[in-house]
Amino acid sequence: MKKLIFFIFCIFLFNSSANALVEVDITRGNLDPLPIAVSPLYIESGSKDIKQGDKIIKNIGERISKVIEVNFRRSGLFNPLKKDSFVQKPDIAHVKPRFEDWKLIKAQALVTGKVLVTEDKLRVEFRLWDVIAAKEMVALAFSTTPNNWRRVAHIISDKVYQRLTGEEGYFDTRIIYVAETGLKTQRYKKLAIMDQDGANLKYLTLGNELVLTPRFNPKNQLVTYLSYFRNLPRVYLLDIETGVQEVVGDFPGMTFAPRFSPDGKKIIMSFAKDGNSDIYTMNLDTRVVEKLTDHTSIDTSPSYSPDGKFICFNSDRSGLQQIYVMRSDGSNVKRITFGKGLYGTPVWSPRGDLIAFTRVHKGKFYIGVMRTDGSGERLLTENFYQEAPSWSPNGRVLIFYRETKSDSEGKGFSAKLWSIDLTGYNERLVETETDGSDPSWSSLLSK
Amino acid sequence: MILGMNLKRILIVVLAGIALTACAVQKKSGMMTGDVYTGTDTVEYLATGVKDRVFFATNKSTLTTASRDTLRKQAAWMRKKGKLSFTIEGHADERGTREYNLALGERRANAAKDYLMTYGISGSRLSVISYGKERPVNSGSNPLAWSQNRRSVTVKAN
Repeated sequence: MKKLIFFIFCIFLFNSSANALVEVDITRGNLDPLPIAVSPLYIESGSKDIKQGDKIIKNIGERISKVIEVNFRRSGLFNPLKKDSFVQKPDIAHVKPRFEDWKLIKAQALVTGKVLVTEDKLRVEFRLWDVIAAKEMVALAFSTTPNNWRRVAHIISDKVYQRLTGEEGYFDTRIIYVAETGLKTQRYKKLAIMDQDGANLKYLTLGNELVLTPRFNPKNQLVTYLSYFRNLPRVYLLDIETGVQEVVGDFPGMTFAPRFSPDGKKIIMSFAKDGNSDIYTMNLDTRVVEKLTDHTSIDTSPSYSPDGKFICFNSDRSGLQQIYVMRSDGSNVKRITFGKGLYGTPVWSPRGDLIAFTRVHKGKFYIGVMRTDGSGERLLTENFYQEAPSWSPNGRVLIFYRETKSDSEGKGFSAKLWSIDLTGYNERLVETETDGSDPSWSSLLSK
Repeated sequence: MILGMNLKRILIVVLAGIALTACAVQKKSGMMTGDVYTGTDTVEYLATGVKDRVFFATNKSTLTTASRDTLRKQAAWMRKKGKLSFTIEGHADERGTREYNLALGERRANAAKDYLMTYGISGSRLSVISYGKERPVNSGSNPLAWSQNRRSVTVKAN
C-alpha cells in the first residue's frame, strides 16, 4: 500500500471554544445526539470525476458528505439530518450560511465544503458552523490524490468530532481482523484489513494456514499475529505496505498472544513449552529476548500501559483465569480481579486509565472495563459468547467479536464484529463481507 | 484417650463414607462423568483397542483414571512400533477466551505426553501442538459437544 501523503495547507480560523455554544458531552451515554447538518460539498466548476479502478465516481461532493454522515451516525453522538430538508444550496451555505434556515430544521451544527478534482489532485475545503451562535468553528483545506477521497471524509469527521467533543476522533483509522469462512469444525481464516467504516476491504493472507489475533503496531504499518504456517504456531510480523512477512517468535515451542509495546519497538507475547506458558518480550531491532514471568501457571494475553511502564496479563496462578498487573520488567506482580467467575483478555486503554476485559460468569460472557487497580468494574455487554476487546485510538469505543450458539451440525453459528461505547451505549454490528473475529483497531492514520 | 482415638477413627470412617457417597452421586449423564466425556462417539483407534484420544474437565488438564488407562495402552502399542513418531494435539472447547485456550490446549497435550514418557516413550518421538478452540470435533454449543472437544489426540506423525 502506498504511503498516503496529506497536506493541510490552510487554517482559516479557530474560534476560541469560549464563544461556542454547541458541544457534545461524551462522558455519559448520549441519548440525545446532537442534530447536525452535513451539506453536500459543493463541486467547483472545472472539477473532474474520480476514476477508481474501473469505477467512475461522480458527484464526489455528495459522496464525501455521505461518508461523514455515516461516521457521525455510527458514533452515536450525532444525529445527521436528512438532506432533503436542507433549504440552502451547498455553494452559498459554504460562503455564508443563513443560520435561520438551519435553525428551522433544528440543526445545531452545520458542515459545509467545496471540492475540486483535477487530473492528479483532490482539493477539499470544509467549514464547521455553530448554528446557534451563528459562527464559524473550524475551517480547513486538504490536498491529496483523488483516490484518497474517503480518507478526506474521515479526516473531516475527525476534525468535527474533535471540535465538538474536545477529544480526538477515531474515524481515519483501520480495523484488522480475522475473516472466517467454512464449517465450524474446519474454519478457514484469513487476515483482513478495512477502513473503520468497512470500506476498502483487503485480504492479507490466502487462508492456507490458520491465522489468529492480528494486532497493529501503534507507530507504523506493521502487524503482529499468530500463524500456523507449516503447522508451527508462531508469532509473525507483517508489513501491510510491502506484504513482507517474517517469523519473530521462532522458539522451540508455541509463541502466541502477541502485541506491540506502545513505542512499537518490542513485541510482547506468550511462549509455551512443556505445558507452561510464560510472557516474553522481543526487541525488534536487537532481537534480544527477555523473560518477564516465571511461573508454572498459564501466563498470557499481555498488554502494555500506554506509558510502557506496566503490563496487564492473564494468569491462572490462583487456580482460575484472573487479571494481573506488573511492572514492565516483570516485578511487582499484583492480582487485580477478584469478582466471581473468570477474567481474560485484559487490554490497557490508550488513555491509560482503564483496562478492558472479558469476564465469564455462569455461562455468560461479558465485555467490561475497570480501573487499572481493578476497582470500578463496569460490565458493558452480556452475551452467549464474546471476547477480545480492542480500543479505538481515543479510548471511547471498544470493538470485539461475538459468536452465536450452534447445533451439532454447526447450524446457527456465526462470528461477527461488534462495537460498543465506553458508556455501555451504542452497541453496533460492524459489518464485514464474511464472518469475522479478533478485531484490532489502528492508531489515527493522519497523526 | 482410647475412646478419643476411636471416636476419631469413627469420624474418619464417616467422613470417608460421605466422600464416597459424594463420588457416587457425581453426575453420570449418559456419556459424561462430571463434565468429562466417557463415550466413544468421536474416538478413533490407533490399533485395535488403542484409543487415540483422552478427555478433560472444563479448564483442567489433569488426566482421569480412564485417560491414564488409554495412555498406558497407547504407550504399550508405541513401544512395539519403535519407528513411529507422534504428534499430540491439545484442544479446548469454545467456552474460553482464544489465547487462554491455546495455552490450555498446550498444557493438555503435554499432560498426555508426560504420561506417555513415564511409560517409557522417548520424548523425541512425541511432539506437541495446541489448536486451542480452533478445531472442534463436535460443532454443537452444548455440554456434551464441549466435553468431546476438550481433548488431546495422539496422531501418527510419519
